Amino acid sequence: MKKVMSGNEAASLAVKLSRVQVISAYPITPQTVIAEKLSELCGSEELDARFVKVESEHSAMATLIGAASTGVRTFTATSAQGLALMHELLFWASGARLPVVMVNVNRAMAAPWTIWCDQTDSVAQRDTGWMQFYCWSNQEILDSVICSFKIAEKLLIPCMVCFDGFFISHTYEAVDIPDQKDVDKFLPSRKAETYIDTKNPQTFSGGTLPNNFMEFRYKLQKAFEQAPEVIDKTYGEFNNIFGRSYKDIEPYFFNDAETVLMASGSAASTVYYTARKLRESGKKVGFLRLRQLRPFPEKSFLSFMKPDVKYGVLDRNLSPGTGGVFTQEIRGVLNRHGRQNRVSEFVAGLGGRDITEQHIMEIFNKLANGEINTSGINWIGVKGKQ
Amino acid sequence: MNEMPDYEFCASHSFYGHMACPGCGEKILIRHVLEALGPETVIICPAGCAAVTDGVFPHTISPVPFLHVPFDATPSAAAGVRAGLDMSGRKDVTVMAWAGDGATFDIGMGSLSAIAERNENILYVCYDNEAYMNTGIQRSSATPIGSWTTTTPEGRLKSEPKKNIDFIMASHRAPYVATCSPAFIDDLKMKVTKAKNMTGLRFLHLYSPCPPGWKSDPKDSIAISRLAVECNLFPLYEIYNGEKYILNYQSRSLPVSEYIKLQGRFRYLSDRDKEILQSEADQFYRTLISLQNIKPQSNIAGEE
Repeated sequence: MKKVMSGNEAASLAVKLSRVQVISAYPITPQTVIAEKLSELCGSEELDARFVKVESEHSAMATLIGAASTGVRTFTATSAQGLALMHELLFWASGARLPVVMVNVNRAMAAPWTIWCDQTDSVAQRDTGWMQFYCWSNQEILDSVICSFKIAEKLLIPCMVCFDGFFISHTYEAVDIPDQKDVDKFLPSRKAETYIDTKNPQTFSGGTLPNNFMEFRYKLQKAFEQAPEVIDKTYGEFNNIFGRSYKDIEPYFFNDAETVLMASGSAASTVYYTARKLRESGKKVGFLRLRQLRPFPEKSFLSFMKPDVKYGVLDRNLSPGTGGVFTQEIRGVLNRHGRQNRVSEFVAGLGGRDITEQHIMEIFNKLANGEINTSGINWIGVKGKQ
Repeated sequence: MNEMPDYEFCASHSFYGHMACPGCGEKILIRHVLEALGPETVIICPAGCAAVTDGVFPHTISPVPFLHVPFDATPSAAAGVRAGLDMSGRKDVTVMAWAGDGATFDIGMGSLSAIAERNENILYVCYDNEAYMNTGIQRSSATPIGSWTTTTPEGRLKSEPKKNIDFIMASHRAPYVATCSPAFIDDLKMKVTKAKNMTGLRFLHLYSPCPPGWKSDPKDSIAISRLAVECNLFPLYEIYNGEKYILNYQSRSLPVSEYIKLQGRFRYLSDRDKEILQSEADQFYRTLISLQNIKPQSNIAGEE
């Protein structure tokens, strides 16, 4: 059954379909609708879950750390300042190997105050040991949240599903709603192997010394290394039941492309639209949609790196002092594998500024003509003299 | 005082071998608290002495499930454990937060207020040794006026009185707030048992001597605990629903000088601060008596 809904509503519906047992969240724009919808679903008992209405995002994540330790399925949603307030606990959730699933509705970090979209909030959490997926449609949000529970519970790694504030969270699209019984088949209730149990008392996350801390991190890294296979398999199973699938990197108009732009989130839709238009006028442009920041899909990424193609990355985020984070990640992968590909860096759309078709045209033109700064950031749409 | 029970829950579960200092109040307290609560209990414990002295991985002395959590996360994590246990059909398990004064009075205060306002079904226990002892004796808002710590050194002794956490909790209309002392074990066990059988947010404030932090002799921990009660610096009382006050023990109202002379942390205490400490103790005891609105009832035997 298809229904028109916002991105936030798609996320909430996925939580209901996933039969989450404990939810904890705190209001923050543009995520708030998720907390409201889930409160309604719990209130009407359409969802048999406990919603713990906390006084901060820090407490939301602390609550889920406690709840997930008892073996139940848990969910929260946040944005920007809220995600940053959780920072300490993000490490704790992954270090304690708790499969918490969270939606982060991307919003720029203040100061100055802004409620509008960029991805600096979530990319800044890339070292916290969470998987990160970036969606470009409401359907993908619903599907990704459901799949994330399965992936997180298999790997015992928490999972963040990210989508752009307002551009996606408040935009209405038709979403195909899966049948509950099919979701139940795909995603049975969580079966934790280790959990708080008075019949089998154990101590969790106690003190370690230099002689054993490192092994915990080694094991977390090893779990991340298994993630590509588990993620691929999970979306394969999802595809078998629901007929939809997603890849960690999705190529469009790629095979004979001479200039290729990479992007994630809502800007990816604009790149896709523009690339399709340029193709119609005979330009050999291509597009790679980046869906995953952690684990970074190295293997698939390298399969798209060809010697004579001009590549650009569109970053809707900024790590001041270096540049766009996706670009830095990509350059790191290329360097690690001894690849010579040059990747140009474009920063655009910070704090909710529109990334338009004209901007994408400009980027493709600059890439094709070599009118680019290859050693630094190419700013797109910034005002004033540069 | 009743005789010690034959069966000690903690002792039967390799409780020996903890890493606490000699004379530590916290270990005496948790032994008796767990004795009263029994095995259907989960502990949520933040950074602090209790977390460290439980043992280093893979060792643990806890006879019940023990969840370590970040310093500022105890109340919310306990609420999460409660929610998770309730949702998986384990409503009868007691969820006990076990946190020091730093975690309770200071860094966890916001979320403690929140779980009290929501009246979460949690037993929150604060073992109060009146400073950040695990990091090496720094002042907290539980540190008494005139006390030496490494961050309130000679010449800059703590100039503010201790935060009244119990009245703060009572102001949230918590169903049960009580103070307990390791010198009054029967009273402690009575309160823990009472709290166990109630629902909603129950807050126990436990006086917890710390010989290294207080610069006291380990053998004096119980004597100091008793003097804290007898000098009215730590009266034993209960507050029900934030409105009904019961003073459990009529103290001998000894001068505070009896209390401070056993502790090096008060060695720089000025006469002025001593007077403040004395008048605070007198006034607080009078306040409790007036709040109780009846003559203090001695429902436990004084120790002579």
